[in-house]
Amino acid sequence: MGTLEREAVVVTGARRGRFSFLVDREEWLGPLMIGPAVLYIVLVVGFPFFLALFYSVSSVTAGSRTLEFVGLKNFIGVVGTTKFQTSLKNTFIFAFVSQAVVIVLATVLALALLKDFKGKWVVRFLILLPWVAPISLGTIGWLWILDSIYSVINWTLEALGLISPETWPMWLGIPHLAMGSVITVHVWRLLPLATVILLGGLSSIPADIHDAAAVDGASFWRHLFQITMPLVRPIMLVALLFGLVFAFTDMIVIFVLTRGGPYDTTQVLASLAFFTGIQGGDLAEGAAIALFLFPLLLAAAIVFLRIARRAEVT
Amino acid sequence: MALPNALRRVRGGAVHFGIVAMFTVFAAFPFYWMLITTFKRTSDLMNRGNNPFVYNEPPTLEHLKVLFFETMYGRWLWNTALVGAVVVAITLLLAIPAGYALARLTGRWGEQLGIGIFLTYLIPPTLLFIPMSRVIADLGLQDSIWSLVLVYPSFTIPFCTWLMMGFFKAIPRDLEEAAMIDGHSRFGAFVKIVIPISMAGILTVVIFTLTLVMQEFVYALTFISAVSQMTVSVGVPTFLVHGDVYFWGSLMAGSFIASVPIAILYNFFVDRFIAGFTVGAIK
Repeated sequence: MGTLEREAVVVTGARRGRFSFLVDREEWLGPLMIGPAVLYIVLVVGFPFFLALFYSVSSVTAGSRTLEFVGLKNFIGVVGTTKFQTSLKNTFIFAFVSQAVVIVLATVLALALLKDFKGKWVVRFLILLPWVAPISLGTIGWLWILDSIYSVINWTLEALGLISPETWPMWLGIPHLAMGSVITVHVWRLLPLATVILLGGLSSIPADIHDAAAVDGASFWRHLFQITMPLVRPIMLVALLFGLVFAFTDMIVIFVLTRGGPYDTTQVLASLAFFTGIQGGDLAEGAAIALFLFPLLLAAAIVFLRIARRAEVT
Repeated sequence: MALPNALRRVRGGAVHFGIVAMFTVFAAFPFYWMLITTFKRTSDLMNRGNNPFVYNEPPTLEHLKVLFFETMYGRWLWNTALVGAVVVAITLLLAIPAGYALARLTGRWGEQLGIGIFLTYLIPPTLLFIPMSRVIADLGLQDSIWSLVLVYPSFTIPFCTWLMMGFFKAIPRDLEEAAMIDGHSRFGAFVKIVIPISMAGILTVVIFTLTLVMQEFVYALTFISAVSQMTVSVGVPTFLVHGDVYFWGSLMAGSFIASVPIAILYNFFVDRFIAGFTVGAIK
C-alpha cells in the first residue's frame, strides 16, 4: 500500500470517526434522516396553516401591515352573504354529483379493462390522459369544445338535426348548463384515477374466488354484487375519498371554464376564497372562507386513518 | 347449445368493445381536438358553416409560429423545467432518507409519523394559499419562480416519502446486514447498497414530482403575475386568453404540447404510483 493510499484510509477513517457517534447509532440515525423532511413540512404546511387560522380571526388585508383580533366576525359576516351560501351549496352539488358519477363510471370501466384485449395499452394510455395532463390545460380544450359560437358539440347536434342554428345552447352561459359542464369536465378529469385504483383492487382478487362462483353457476349480476363488489369495497372507499377531497377543494376547472359565473351559479368555496382573498385583497375573509373546507378534510383524514389501521390489522 | 353460446360471446364482445370505445373517446377527445385545431387556419376555425372535423382549408403552422415567437411560451416551458428540476432535487434529498428511516429505523413512532406525513398530502393549496401569499410577499419572492421552488416540495415530499418507504420495505434486510458485517455503517450501507438497487423507485419519484410541478396551478396563479415568470399551466390559460379574443389555434397548440409528452412518460410508472396512492388497502 502506497503512502498516499494509506493516508486516504486514515482520512476516511478519521471522518467516519467524527460522525460515527451519530451514523452508527440507529436511535440517532432515524431522527436525523427523517428530520429535514419533517421540518420542511412543518415550516411550509404547518406554519401557513396556523397563519390561516390566525388570519381568519383578524382584520388583515393585502395592503395593511397592522392587524387586529376581531374574533369570529369574519366567519359570521361571511356566512350571512348569499354569495357564500350559494358557493357552499354549489360545492356540495359539485363534489357529490361528480363523485357519484365517477364511482359508477369507474366501476364499469374498470370491469371492462379487467379483460385482456388487443391494444389494451393504447386504450389505457388514452384513458389516463385527462388525469396526467395538467388540468388547467386539459380544461382549455373543453373551453374550446364548449365555446358559445363555435362549439363542436352544437355543430354535431345541428348536423344530426337535433337543434336549429338559432337555439345553440350556451354551455357555459346558462346556470344549469354551466354547472353540468363544470361537473362533466371534473368527472372527465377524475375518472382515470378512480378507474386505475379500482382496477388495482379488482385484479388483486384471487382467481379461484371467481372460478368458484362460476362453478356454482352465479349469474353476472349476482357475481358482481355479491362477490366482486364486497371485496373491492375498501379500495372503492379510497378512490371515493380522494375524489371527494379533490372535488371539494378544486377551483381550477371552475376558474378556467366559468370563473364562478354566470351570476355565481358555479362559484364554489375554493374559487370564492381565491376571488375574495387574492383578487379582492381581503386576506382575512378569504382565509375564513377557505377554512370552511377544513371540517370536510378532517372527516376524510379520519376515514383514511381507519382504513389504514384496518389494513394493518389484517 | 353451441350456437347460442357463440352468439352470446359475440354479443358480449360487442358490448365490451362499445363500452371501452365510448370511454376512450370521452377521455381522449379533448386532446384530439387540440391537435386538430393546432393546424387549422383561423378563417377555417371561425366559420360556423364549416365542418369542424375536417380541414376545409389547407393546414397551417401559423399558430405554432405565433406560440413560439410571439408569446412567452418558450420561456414558460423553460420556467417549468427549471422549477421542476430544482424541486426534484430538493424532494430526492429529503424524501429518500426520510423514506428509509420510516422503513427501517424508526419503528412504532415512525409508523405514526408516516401516517401523519401522508395526511398532509390531503391539505390542499386552497387552504394554504392565502396565508402563503403573504409569507411569499414578506420573503420578497413574489413574481419569482423561486416562490414555487420553495412551496412545491410541501406536497411532493409527503407523497414521495411515502412512495420511497414502500420501496425500501420491499428490499430484503439481509442485503444491508451483510454490508454492515463487511464493515459498513448503517448509513454507509444505505448509500452504497440500498440506493443503487432502488433506482426504479427513485425514477418513479422523479417522474411523479415532475408531473405534480407541471400540473400545479393554484400557487402559481397566486404568487406570480409577471408574464415572464409564469409556468406553462398558468401562462397558457391566463395570458393567452385575452378577454373576448381567443387565439384558439395557439391556445390548443400550447395545451397539447405541454400535456402529451409528460403523459407518455408518466404512463410507464402509473402502477407504482397507484400502489403508493392506495396506502395499504390492496392486500
